[in-house]
Amino acid sequence: MSADVPEAASAEEQKEMEDKVTSPEKAEEAKLKARYPHLGQKPGGSDFLRKRLQKGQKYFDSGDYNMAKAKMKNKQLPTAAPDKTEVTGDHIPTPQDLPQRKPSLVASKLAG
Amino acid sequence: MGTYVYFFPTVGAGGGNDIQWCFSQVKGAVDDDVAEADIISTVEFNHSGELLATGDKGGRVVIFQQEQENKIQSHSRGEYNVYSTFQSHEPEFDYLKSLEIEEKINKIRWLPQKNAAQFLLSTNDKTIKLWKISERDKRPEGYNLKEEDGRYRDPTTVTTLRVPVFRPMDLMVEASPRRIFANAHTYHINSISINSDYETYLSADDLRINLWHLEITDRSFNIVDIKPANMEELTEVITAAEFHPNSCNTFVYSSSKGTIRLCDMRASALCDRHSKLFEEPEDPSNRSFFSEIISSISDVKFSHSGRYMMTRDYLSVKIWDLNMENRPVETYQVHEYLRSKLCSLYENDCIFDKFECCWNGSDSVVMTGSYNNFFRMFDRNTKRDITLEASRENNKPRTVLKPRKVCASGKRKKDEISVDSLDFNKKILHTAWHPKENIIAVATTNNLYIFQDKVN
Repeated sequence: MSADVPEAASAEEQKEMEDKVTSPEKAEEAKLKARYPHLGQKPGGSDFLRKRLQKGQKYFDSGDYNMAKAKMKNKQLPTAAPDKTEVTGDHIPTPQDLPQRKPSLVASKLAG
Repeated sequence: MGTYVYFFPTVGAGGGNDIQWCFSQVKGAVDDDVAEADIISTVEFNHSGELLATGDKGGRVVIFQQEQENKIQSHSRGEYNVYSTFQSHEPEFDYLKSLEIEEKINKIRWLPQKNAAQFLLSTNDKTIKLWKISERDKRPEGYNLKEEDGRYRDPTTVTTLRVPVFRPMDLMVEASPRRIFANAHTYHINSISINSDYETYLSADDLRINLWHLEITDRSFNIVDIKPANMEELTEVITAAEFHPNSCNTFVYSSSKGTIRLCDMRASALCDRHSKLFEEPEDPSNRSFFSEIISSISDVKFSHSGRYMMTRDYLSVKIWDLNMENRPVETYQVHEYLRSKLCSLYENDCIFDKFECCWNGSDSVVMTGSYNNFFRMFDRNTKRDITLEASRENNKPRTVLKPRKVCASGKRKKDEISVDSLDFNKKILHTAWHPKENIIAVATTNNLYIFQDKVN
C-alpha cells in the first residue's frame, strides 16, 4: 500500500472542509448529495429540462388503456410508481388515477 | 419609429426622499383555504395606470379601475374598484398527446389606448387572445316596431312614427375576444410583449419566439429557435422575452443559464444569432450543484427609458446597461440568507419559483417579491432598500407599513424574523408599479394588495 494515498485523501478532505466553511452553497450541495447519492452530476442537463418541457397533466386515453388491457390480458397493467414523479412511456393512467378537472364556472373572488 | 415617452416623477419618487408606503386596499377572499383557481398568476397596470388587470390560475381576468380623484379628499389617491371580469381561457385538451392545457393566465399585456375601448392581450400556455373592453352607457329607446322589452309590435297598431333616441343607462362594461392567436407554440408560452410600433407583438415559449401582427391570426413568424436537432443536447431554455420600449427592431430574451441575448430584427429574419450577449462571468471555484438553477433568469424588464434592463434570478436582481455586456452595473440581493437553505429549497421545489420584478415610473426604484409575503424595493440612487410585508394585519388605510427584517443567523432581535420561521408557501411572485405614481399592486397567493405612498 503506497504511503501517498492517505496524504492525498487528507488534502482533498481539507479542501472540502474549507469549501464548506467559505461557501454555504457548497455545504448545501454536500447535504443534498448525502441525501440523494444517485443525483446526477448536471442538474441543468437535458433530463431536468425535458421534464420541464413536458409539464402538463397526462390525461386518461381510453384507446391506450384498452389496447394495453387487451395486450396484457391476465397480467397487471403497469401503474404509476407511488411517488408519480416521472412521466414514463410505460405508465398508462387509469381512470382512478386522475383528479377531477372542471373549468371554473365561479367568478373570481377578487371581484367579490 | 415608435414613440418616446417622458415621465415626470411625482414628488417623493426616488431622488433621495424616502417613500412611506401605506396600505390602501386588499382584494380577494380572507379564508386560508385557497382554491387553485384563485391563485393569482399575473398583475399589470395599463399605460395610464387607471386600469389594473389580474389573471388567475382559473383562466379569469379581473380588471380594476381607479376612481376619479376627489379634489376635496386630497389625503389619498383614487381607489381601485372592479371594472370588468371575464373568463379569458378555458382548460383544453391536446388529444394527440393526451395532455391537458392549463387555463392559467401566464401574462397580460395592455395595448395603449387608441379610442374609447381598451385592449389587452392575455395568454395561457398555448393560446394568446386579444380582448376588447368597451363601455356602454346609453341605449336606444323609442323604436317604432319594438316594445321596450323587445317584443315586436303588431305593425297594424302603429299609428304614428317617432325617432328613436339614445338615453343614458347604467354603465355596462363588456369584454369580447377580438382575435385568437392559436397553434403557434409547441412548448409553454412564458412571455408576450407588444412592440413599440403597436402593430406587432412577440410570444415566447421555452424554445421559440414568434412575431405576430395584431390583425393577423392565421400566421406568425418564428424569429428565434433554440431547439437542438437532437433533444438530448438541450442545455438551456428561454425563460422570458421583451421588446425594447422605443426601438421597434430590438428585443431581448433570457435563459435558464442566466444569460440575456439582445437581438436586432433588421439583421436577419431568424434572430438565432444575437447582437449582444449579456452574461456575468462566474468564478468556477464557486460553482456548485445549485449554481445553474439559481442563475436561471425568471424575469427580464426594460427600464422605461430603454437604457437599462433588469433581470431577476433566484437570489438577486441585476440591472444591466445595454452598452455593457460583460457584467451588470448594479446587483441587489433579495434574500441572500436563502443561500444556506438551498438544499431544502431544492427538495420542496421552491428553488424553481419564478419571481418577477418591476421598475417605478422614473426608473429610480425597482421592486420584487420574496417569501413570507415579503416584498423588497431597492432605490438605485440612495442605494437603500426596504422589506415590507403584504398582510391583512396592517389593514388600516393610511397606516404606514413597518419595515421588516430577516435575521439570517445569530441572535434574533425583537421584531426580526428568523429564516427558519419564514413561510415558503407565502410567495409574492407578481408585483406591478403604477407607470406615473407611487401606487403598487402586490399579489400574494390569492389576494391583491394595493399600497400607496403617504400623501401630505
